[in-house]
Amino acid sequence: MMKKRWISLFVENDIGVLARISGLFSGKSYNLNSLTVGTTEDTTISRMTISLTSDDKTFEQVKKQLNRSVEVIKVVDFTDIAIHMKELMFVKIHGCSEHDMMKLSYIKEIFQAKMIDYAPSTALIESVQPETGNNDLIKLLESDFSGRIEVVRGGSVAIEAISFSER
Amino acid sequence: MQITGAELFVKALLAEQVDTLFAYPGGQAIDLFNALYGVKGLDVILPRHEQGLVHAADGYARSTGKVGVCLVTSGPGATNLVTGIATANYDSVPLVCFTGQVPTHLIGNDAFQEVDIVGITRSISKYAVTVRRREDLAITIKKAFYIARSGKPGVVVVDLPKDIQQALGSDGYPQSIEIRSYKPNTSVHMGQIKKSLDCLKRAKHPVFLLGGGVNISRANEVMTALAEKTGIPVVTTIMGKGAIPTSHPLYVGNLGIHGSYAANTAISECDVLFSIGVRFNDRITGKVSEFAKKAAIIHVDIDPASISRNIEVDIPIVADAKNAITALLEKTPEFDFHEWRMQIDEWKKQKPLGMKQTGASGVTPFAVIQKINEIFSDAVITTDVGQNQLWTTQFLELTDQKQMLTSGGLGTMGYGFPAAIGAKLGNPDKDVITICGDGGIQMNIQEMATAVVYELSVIICILNNGYLGNVRQWQEMFFDKRYSSTCLRYRKSCAAACNTPSACCPEYTPDFIRLAESYGAKAIRVQRYEEIESALSEAKNTKKIPTVIEFIIEREENVLPIVPPGNPLSDMIMGGDE
Repeated sequence: MMKKRWISLFVENDIGVLARISGLFSGKSYNLNSLTVGTTEDTTISRMTISLTSDDKTFEQVKKQLNRSVEVIKVVDFTDIAIHMKELMFVKIHGCSEHDMMKLSYIKEIFQAKMIDYAPSTALIESVQPETGNNDLIKLLESDFSGRIEVVRGGSVAIEAISFSER
Repeated sequence: MQITGAELFVKALLAEQVDTLFAYPGGQAIDLFNALYGVKGLDVILPRHEQGLVHAADGYARSTGKVGVCLVTSGPGATNLVTGIATANYDSVPLVCFTGQVPTHLIGNDAFQEVDIVGITRSISKYAVTVRRREDLAITIKKAFYIARSGKPGVVVVDLPKDIQQALGSDGYPQSIEIRSYKPNTSVHMGQIKKSLDCLKRAKHPVFLLGGGVNISRANEVMTALAEKTGIPVVTTIMGKGAIPTSHPLYVGNLGIHGSYAANTAISECDVLFSIGVRFNDRITGKVSEFAKKAAIIHVDIDPASISRNIEVDIPIVADAKNAITALLEKTPEFDFHEWRMQIDEWKKQKPLGMKQTGASGVTPFAVIQKINEIFSDAVITTDVGQNQLWTTQFLELTDQKQMLTSGGLGTMGYGFPAAIGAKLGNPDKDVITICGDGGIQMNIQEMATAVVYELSVIICILNNGYLGNVRQWQEMFFDKRYSSTCLRYRKSCAAACNTPSACCPEYTPDFIRLAESYGAKAIRVQRYEEIESALSEAKNTKKIPTVIEFIIEREENVLPIVPPGNPLSDMIMGGDE
């Protein structure tokens, strides 16, 4: 079944590992949606959060291919387990009237986003949400401020939940 | 004691028991060569091109089971390895390739002869790394050899910047290594072994399908014992050929698009397919949805990623082939598949592999390979790629004294001859023969000099049909005989489009006889059936220089049978006497 999948990947924090992993996806035509990477409490290890869209068979192959990469320490399938997942997103809105600003402050309240910078006609919103929440926010802003928004998204980071009632 | 990186490099090679190094110098490797000068116990072989070099290391590794080691300079030296790295990695050959690199402070500056060889080889190697600190050098080399030879073997590229080669540092070289991110699993899950045996107990028409993994793990003897104890017929892939002796009564043949009728039929009719060390690639399956449709499939492979990738597997067993086969041999009961074996023997008899004598001369690839079978008993035979390879994989007989090396995965023209040089260096007491076409031999013919200067009595059989024959065959069969860019006798004076070879075709160039002789090799041209045996015998008795035998074969000889593209294995175009 085609669906969105999540992987948490522990890799050696070495030069070229990101290229090896991303190259694996492009070289084998796997459909990569997003990939984030950063160091962990052990600075010799990096942890990646990867999202991809695939059928079951391809996903099995993706996990095996990642596992056989020499620099990969551990592959954890996050698709169907309880996790916390958030993505940082900035949206800059240009050419705002006073009315627009009012509207933006409603929207940010409802979406639990923050307005973190501001000029008379420009606003900057920061949103830390699950990916789907950010998708919804962009959709809304696009319809209201078409052609005037500038979006930068960080990709999702995820970690296993402590309490299984999450998610 | 403080020593240079280059000195440590030599120390590491000796510690890894490297006895042969395939090496071509250059500016960014000059310090390494300086350290190698006069070192005892390590033969440094200088081929004539880096591609020939890496194929030679590959042939050395495949034929000895040791790691093949290459050393080249940066830039073009490194990029010339690329095809050979892909060739070896695809067929799971252990190589460690050292490349010189510009000094670390120049990396990224577009320095003279700088390329990102680690980046270039990332997707075609098992592991690739640039050493950036002198203190990492020893551990990196140790890691390289360990990764190359363990698990599913493969190619490791170690890029050595010039300043690292020159820098002083510790002379220590570790005895062993532990890599947290790399733990190849070789042990066997006994539960899965039991399951597979239960499956066999219910079988009536089982087949062993053996691939390159059986040869790589050197499991030939235990595998023969397992086949004999279970009484199950054996089909092989091209890479698995020789897993049990080809003369063994249980051996059926190769499967695949040029497989034998009996082998392909056995696969299509079997009820249990017990596959070991295979990848089920498209050359063996034919139409995937029809492949072994009636069978429960058991698959042993050391690489979990090979299991259930192309073919859905019922019982997966992740293990080293030899360990799995040994466990199976210990646990299996004896079976009686007498009737099934009779049936397969019947298929073998009905449509045996062979070749009609098409031309008047009688110099057919079949006849040549038959004579090789008769004359050589302790030998390594390499092939190039194309019809020469397919004929060899069809007709060559292998025993535990005879091994075949071929580029099965990548299908690299130009592989055969340099691989034979490497095989001869690793097996000086064996006869080493390469079977090439007139196209492929020209892709690395410069290595004739290497064979001559190192006094390697390699026998180079060129099956000359004046065509890039395999592509020509496809053009004949599937492209309305439009011989586009496949005639090697073409000259500017020829018609732009021609599919009618005749006695009037221009002279072949080069004249392989004169070319070989100019290198100092012996050369024989064979144009009549009677000459085949004497030429091969003369070559066998020629010591210290290579012998080129040019067999002039029919121009439009085909490889048959063939499963046309997209067809199931059961749907073959037969040849021979049909």
